[in-house]
Amino acid sequence: MTAIPFKTAPSLRSNRRWALIAAYACLGIFVVFFLFPPYYMLVTSLKTNAEIAELASNPWIVTDGVTFGHYEHLLTESSFPRFFLNTTIVTVIVVAITMVISVLAAYSLARLRFWGSGVLATGVFLTYLVPDTLLFIPLFKIVGWLGLLDTYWSLVLVYPTLTVPFCTWIMIGYFGSIPRELDEAALIDGANHLQMLLKVFIPVALPGLIAATIFAFTVAWANFLYPLAYIYSESEMVLTVGTVTTLIKGDVFHWGGLMAGALLAAAPPVILYAFLMDYYIAGLTSGATKG
Amino acid sequence: MADVTLQNLVKTFDTVEAVRGIDLSIPNNEFVVLVGPSGCGKSTVLRMIAGLEDVTGGDIRIADERVNDVPPKDRNIAMVFQNYALYPHMTVAQNMSFGLRLRKVAKSEIRDKVQRAADILGIAELLDRRPRELSGGQRQRVAMGRAIVRDPEVFLFDEPLSNLDAKLRGQMRIEIQRLHQQLRTTTIYVTHDQVEAMTLADRVVVMNAGRIEQAGTPDEVYHRPRTRFVAGFMGSPAMNFLDCQITEANGSTVARLAAGPALPLPAEQAARVRNHIGRKLVAGLRPENIREAASHDGANSSGVPHDVSIDIVEPLGRETIVYFRLGDATLCARVGTEVHPRAGEQTSLVFHPDRLHLIDPETDLVL
Repeated sequence: MTAIPFKTAPSLRSNRRWALIAAYACLGIFVVFFLFPPYYMLVTSLKTNAEIAELASNPWIVTDGVTFGHYEHLLTESSFPRFFLNTTIVTVIVVAITMVISVLAAYSLARLRFWGSGVLATGVFLTYLVPDTLLFIPLFKIVGWLGLLDTYWSLVLVYPTLTVPFCTWIMIGYFGSIPRELDEAALIDGANHLQMLLKVFIPVALPGLIAATIFAFTVAWANFLYPLAYIYSESEMVLTVGTVTTLIKGDVFHWGGLMAGALLAAAPPVILYAFLMDYYIAGLTSGATKG
Repeated sequence: MADVTLQNLVKTFDTVEAVRGIDLSIPNNEFVVLVGPSGCGKSTVLRMIAGLEDVTGGDIRIADERVNDVPPKDRNIAMVFQNYALYPHMTVAQNMSFGLRLRKVAKSEIRDKVQRAADILGIAELLDRRPRELSGGQRQRVAMGRAIVRDPEVFLFDEPLSNLDAKLRGQMRIEIQRLHQQLRTTTIYVTHDQVEAMTLADRVVVMNAGRIEQAGTPDEVYHRPRTRFVAGFMGSPAMNFLDCQITEANGSTVARLAAGPALPLPAEQAARVRNHIGRKLVAGLRPENIREAASHDGANSSGVPHDVSIDIVEPLGRETIVYFRLGDATLCARVGTEVHPRAGEQTSLVFHPDRLHLIDPETDLVL
């Protein structure tokens, strides 16, 4: 019997080593695959227009000397800062509206069992399944009636149609996972519904709240279709459409500027993800109840 | 401190009648344990008293005030839940003080109350920790602390020890008892564990199928059960039931057990079953009233020996549980450690009729 641990221990260890090697190899392939586009963007954004246009040049490295000209042009001579500001305004307001509506909606759908709440919860999610490529035409009419065409306020109005259903759905899931005894304890402790929401539900469901926030942020920051359909003036444009429309003149593509603009536009979501990722992992709800 | 009175309390969920007319009056300071199998309605009664369930019918009075429509926070009750229900994002101190903070109690007063409760429960050094950093027993203490700081008129416990391991459960039982001796607050405690019921209660209320089967002191429900259900539910191992016939022989009344001995009834009991002579009844005999032949506990003299074949033996150290067959029934006896019965063996066990319960099979009432 003593031979068994002697025999299995090394094989377990080598098993683990092979598993690790395989895992890292897969991860390595993934990293290369996903980092390739940003790398290409970065390299292109640092090249001179002449080098980009030169067909014989190596696309993977900068050979003619690094230039920050594209960035300089974007930040000082184009409307890029204006787009950035517009996008920021739209995103912040949309995220705020989304979170207020979806947290309140999710709380009532998850906890205030009223007639039809189950059907309503499913209905909310179904609205999310209608693709925006179908919605933008009827919404165009509505935005037109409201006189919001060609302003970024049209985006503040329509983005929540994309974000609220999904975020509500996420929050229903998180609120639903909070044990009912917690509300009952709060009820006996003397909390009303608003206090229960603010002091118990929101703190406990914080990881879900952050997930929903990131989702709303990403949608509002990166949507292309609605700004393309509703906004025509440069002063009202947001990053996604603005960068493309101002840097592609007819059939001339300013690749360097496009790449620099795209990188700068992608930076805020990346930073946000990097900072908030930890909260996903936080086991905040553990210890509330047994198990 | 307050009396709690339940009058004809009824609760229906859609079409299911969970509680079917409960009348119970709990005087100030009493420790009452509601006990019964799962689904007997005991937790529903507790939740109605707490205000967590609407009352379908009847009245709940706390301190002579009808509270049917009073929200939970205004009933001046505190509740301890089975799974603790601590707020995971708050420290122990914040958990305990949450109710007081919502009531805008002065900060210094909150601090004093939390400290006092923490001292009582021995969790003073845990006040800055969060629930996830605590063991099960510590969490349960915090849940109790949260109830204590509120200084309620009534404590409600909903199976508070079910999630703890056996050893800890024993410790916490003692602590709850000590707590009640110290605070003397009216307490209603729900459990399915009859040991908790017997050890904690001033009065045990045995429930079954939404009704009270019997309410009485632990001694009463154990030794003088009113119904077959109570007789079978209280006590572990459970009471033996077997058919018997009441007959008269030589001027004395005997209960003739099916395929077993004929037990002469004590005079008082014989008088009670006088009208049932010749009838088939159900005899209930606790395992401790079937002993080994050589038992030294004095009561032996009145016992009737009978040869049985041993089926299963469970040695528990302090005593041994013996299962044996009598006709079609499997019965259970408790024997001392001085005898060493073995499965398959024939042995003589002594049946003691002085604690025999005779049950009318038509009404299930103990005669």
